[in-house]
Amino acid sequence: MMTNKQPLSQRLSWLVPTIYIVFLLLPIYWLVNMSFKETSEILGAFSLWPENPTLRNYRVIFTDPSWYSGYINSIIYVVLNTVISVTVALPAAYAFSRYRFLGDKHLFFWLLTNRMAPPAVFALPFFQLYSAFGLIDTHIAVAIAHCLFNVPLAVWILEGFMSGVPKEIDETAYIDGYSFPRFFARIFVPLIASGIGVAAFFCFMFSWVELLLARTLTTTDAKPIAATMTRTVSASGLDWGVLAAAGVLTIIPGALVIYFVRNYIAKGFALGRV
Amino acid sequence: MEKTWNNKAWFMVLPVLVLVAFSAVIPLMTVVNYSVQDTFGNNAFFWAGTDWFLDVLESDRFWDALTRNLIFSAIILAIEIPLGIVIALNMPKRGIGVPICLVLMALPLLIPWNVVGTIWQVFGRVDIGLLGHTVTALGIDYNYVQNPIDAWVTLIIMDVWHWTSLVVLLCYAGLVSIPDAYYQAAKIDGASRWSVFRYIQLPKMKRVLLIAFLLRFMDSFMIYTEPFVVTGGGPGNSTTFLSVDLVKMAIGEFNLGPAAALSIIYFLIILLLSWIFYTVMTTSDAQG
Repeated sequence: MMTNKQPLSQRLSWLVPTIYIVFLLLPIYWLVNMSFKETSEILGAFSLWPENPTLRNYRVIFTDPSWYSGYINSIIYVVLNTVISVTVALPAAYAFSRYRFLGDKHLFFWLLTNRMAPPAVFALPFFQLYSAFGLIDTHIAVAIAHCLFNVPLAVWILEGFMSGVPKEIDETAYIDGYSFPRFFARIFVPLIASGIGVAAFFCFMFSWVELLLARTLTTTDAKPIAATMTRTVSASGLDWGVLAAAGVLTIIPGALVIYFVRNYIAKGFALGRV
Repeated sequence: MEKTWNNKAWFMVLPVLVLVAFSAVIPLMTVVNYSVQDTFGNNAFFWAGTDWFLDVLESDRFWDALTRNLIFSAIILAIEIPLGIVIALNMPKRGIGVPICLVLMALPLLIPWNVVGTIWQVFGRVDIGLLGHTVTALGIDYNYVQNPIDAWVTLIIMDVWHWTSLVVLLCYAGLVSIPDAYYQAAKIDGASRWSVFRYIQLPKMKRVLLIAFLLRFMDSFMIYTEPFVVTGGGPGNSTTFLSVDLVKMAIGEFNLGPAAALSIIYFLIILLLSWIFYTVMTTSDAQG
């Protein structure tokens, strides 16, 4: 009884992840499927695959400035934000992982509360603050606003990686006559290169997926692709095919790097604590 | 790791402090300011004390939205955590299956939230969506635009689709850290599948499960983009969660006082949750 049951359940265990993956891929397939259809075909006959595959939807996006500028705007503020977040987070994470100082624990906790804070709370004050500085509808406004959750995220992730580097390495380097900046740039940064990659990736991702603040702080010049898409949703007589193609294109940055970060995804979401 | 006491470390933290102060402290102070004042326009403000807080705390609107939030979080935790454990337990431990599973499962996590909303908005539509079409063809009356229960079901399936992978990946990270020797010992003892799970795998997953639970709870408690895109808070108010309601109040109705008071209350709840999260993280860090 026991000997029969055990191998059977193990032989069938691959079914569980397989079914789950099919469930994950179905909606994505549907979006890709729609993106290759004419809107008339989407609304007309119900079909499981495009009968007259067309690239028209993608052509619309790549030729219409109101669409492709959304991508460019998103990429500009996301890259700005990633660079700012990781740059300021590096020394701070080093301080948290190596030293004890006045109020360090409170500070570390306070950073976490910002990562956990609902962006909805900040939407209105951000709008007023950036209006006062004349920053509304600029890329830098969104980039700084996203620092609210990305800087704490980067600090926590980097601190997790840095704590894995033995402190003896620092001490040996100082004894060998390295100054702090030289040690940091030459020895320490290469040691935690994967950590920096993971932190940068997650900053990129969380800034890329955020809609609420990006939409609140922009009107036309810096309008992100996410906002362009929701505008189309609320308009009447919308072009489903183009919307689907736009969605597919926003998935691509994540899909491109997913293989390289596959072992770090859990770690990144858990703020470097796994 | 033994850390040395060095107050000069403050200089390294300074850039972060300045930046986060600009993007968090100043805006938060504005909110506090609004929450205790009233205006008749023209930028003339006067002291309103705790009036707005009492208004919010006495309004059904707040309690309804909070209740919806808590019910939503409870349902998705009850589904995602057990489901995530089951899937992680059945994932391949080695071979070509591992990267395939990891890559495909992580895919929904990296899709922009508004696109997740769009995907499900389309997928669930009765006329053009695979899900809506199939369900209707099976003879079930389903329309998430008009029926509150269908809207809830759609949002819950969407969240399960979007976030269960996070629980899976975290649990998997806990599982692969168990040495083979443990399983061999269990085999020699003739342990059942259940006792292997109960006495070897579950204890090893305790920490990651706690993290998964807290992260999922907090993120579902702040959910905004997906319901905003899929249902817009409707039909009626049936899917108006705290975030959705807050944005409606602050930016849509420009009702500064109550919106600010609601923000502060919301923030205090999050602060409490963060503190639990922090305590869990640091105590389990200390345990190794």
